[in-house]
Amino acid sequence: MTTMASVSMPFAAKLRRLFGNRAMLLGAIILAVVVLAALLAPWIAPYAPNKLSIVNKLKPPSGTNWFGTDEFGRDILSRAIFAGRISLLVSLGVVCLSTVIGVFLGVIAGFFRSLDAPISRLLDAMMSFPDILLAIALVAALGPSLTTVILALGITYAPRLARIIRGSTLVLRELPYIEAAVAMGLPTWQILLRHVLLNLASPILVQATFVFASAMLAEASLSFLGVGVSTDMPTWGTMLASGREYMNNAPWLMLFPGLAIVFSVLSLQLLGDGLRDLVDPRLAKEN
Amino acid sequence: MARIARALLKRLGGMAIVLALVVTVVFVIVRVTPGDPAAVMLGSDATPADIAQLRTKMGLDAPLITQYAQFVLGIFKGDLGQSIFLNQPVTTALATRAEPTFFLTLFSILIAVGIALPVGILSAVKRGTIFDQIVVTLTMVAASVPSFWLGLMLMQVFAVSMGWFPASGYGGPDTPFLERLHHLVLPAVALGIVNSALITRFTRASMLDVLGDDYVRTAKAKGAGAARVILKHALKNAMIPIITVIGLSIAMLVAGAVVTETVFGLPGIGNLVVSAVLRRDYPVIQGALLVVAAIYVLINFVVDMLYILVDPRVRL
Repeated sequence: MTTMASVSMPFAAKLRRLFGNRAMLLGAIILAVVVLAALLAPWIAPYAPNKLSIVNKLKPPSGTNWFGTDEFGRDILSRAIFAGRISLLVSLGVVCLSTVIGVFLGVIAGFFRSLDAPISRLLDAMMSFPDILLAIALVAALGPSLTTVILALGITYAPRLARIIRGSTLVLRELPYIEAAVAMGLPTWQILLRHVLLNLASPILVQATFVFASAMLAEASLSFLGVGVSTDMPTWGTMLASGREYMNNAPWLMLFPGLAIVFSVLSLQLLGDGLRDLVDPRLAKEN
Repeated sequence: MARIARALLKRLGGMAIVLALVVTVVFVIVRVTPGDPAAVMLGSDATPADIAQLRTKMGLDAPLITQYAQFVLGIFKGDLGQSIFLNQPVTTALATRAEPTFFLTLFSILIAVGIALPVGILSAVKRGTIFDQIVVTLTMVAASVPSFWLGLMLMQVFAVSMGWFPASGYGGPDTPFLERLHHLVLPAVALGIVNSALITRFTRASMLDVLGDDYVRTAKAKGAGAARVILKHALKNAMIPIITVIGLSIAMLVAGAVVTETVFGLPGIGNLVVSAVLRRDYPVIQGALLVVAAIYVLINFVVDMLYILVDPRVRL
């Protein structure tokens, strides 16, 4: 259904809907700001993220330090800008990995009847673990690093994507043009790549956006718990974890990194919702 | 009756397969540790003799297939292994920490459903009004807030500044039950608010789906009161997706509880897992994963069974 809608809608109408959806546009703008800030961090951050200034420790927000300073006198705004890099990098890595695994398993399960049951049961089993719990268990097993956090969260979110893709593939498989391709004797890999995968682009994009948002929240939780990416660079989660101790006297330590997470995740949720409405107009009517 | 029995049997079979896979996944997770788990657990100061001793204690000496068989056999006997750092059986460690997690999850889900059902229904009924728009916006924001951060903010305002609630802890075993529950208010509210977002959105969408249906229009045309139409005709038919999402939310609450318990210093299963991860206490991680996943599978089973009770048309 999703794919059919996306195929049949003319490009101009899509564009009109895209810009007509104010919430989605807002999401895209916020996300663009976060991504640009992260990319341009060394040029736009007022100070180096790890620059110590003990005389300036725990200073409230002011003209010189817009978001205040932490217990070592480091500028919170600069650290929050740099922290976005790690969060975005991890989330992007998670999206790529979970999409590759999820799409592979989903398409195989949806297309080949004999593989559907075993793959689906495995997905059920993987989805029985709460995301954070599975991720921290995997990080515990693999050891905390940028790669293992991406790997752990990628494995955690892949089944969620796989299940959606399986559903969409099941619908696609029954469509006349796929049946025709099979009847014409086209090689299976060609049918999967050219006909199935191409038509799954919309649901994949929508789900990937939501996985991006979930990965960002999960990465922050892992860093907060001390089992996330171990790096010299701050992350929003580690900023919250270290700021906790001084929360009573310096609430800005908690406020700004937290708001950075909320706005980034919110932007992705708005974008994901908008994209879903765009590719499936039935849902748009409900909002 | 035969229909329910058949559905029950079919679902029980499915559940057994998923549980078997869960057991295997848990077993595999701990074994993918690069290097020797015993060496990782004991740290760099451990002597080879210490490592060898721990390997034997954990059964890591045996071939993988034997380890797996012992693991499965242990589960059937209610033995999830021995915590190395707590020096007690994993089942005991989990059991002594179950109370705060149970009540935290229970209160959170009650708060989430208590907010989500009325707000979601009202939002659907008043679709397109300012109220509806505020609800849609707030649910979107609430779904973007990390529950641990909301918990910290609530702690700052209601515990530290106002002093209405304890900032952390759960009290000892001698603490009266009500006082222990008092400790759970802020974490439960934090988790409940964040989880209410998803349930509200589903309730609203599900109600919107049925409010336009013929039978609702017919009920209205026959002069049934608004409350009767909404609660008796519409809500009853909108319940399946709502029950599904409430079931799903319980699993999300457990995930949220892992972090929230750490924030509020609650001695629950979440806190146990985090400290086990930091100490690489693999038997505890393994046991906790298994128990939580099994609970989730059971909840799913109950949800499926509820479908039949709520909607007799459902065939499983």
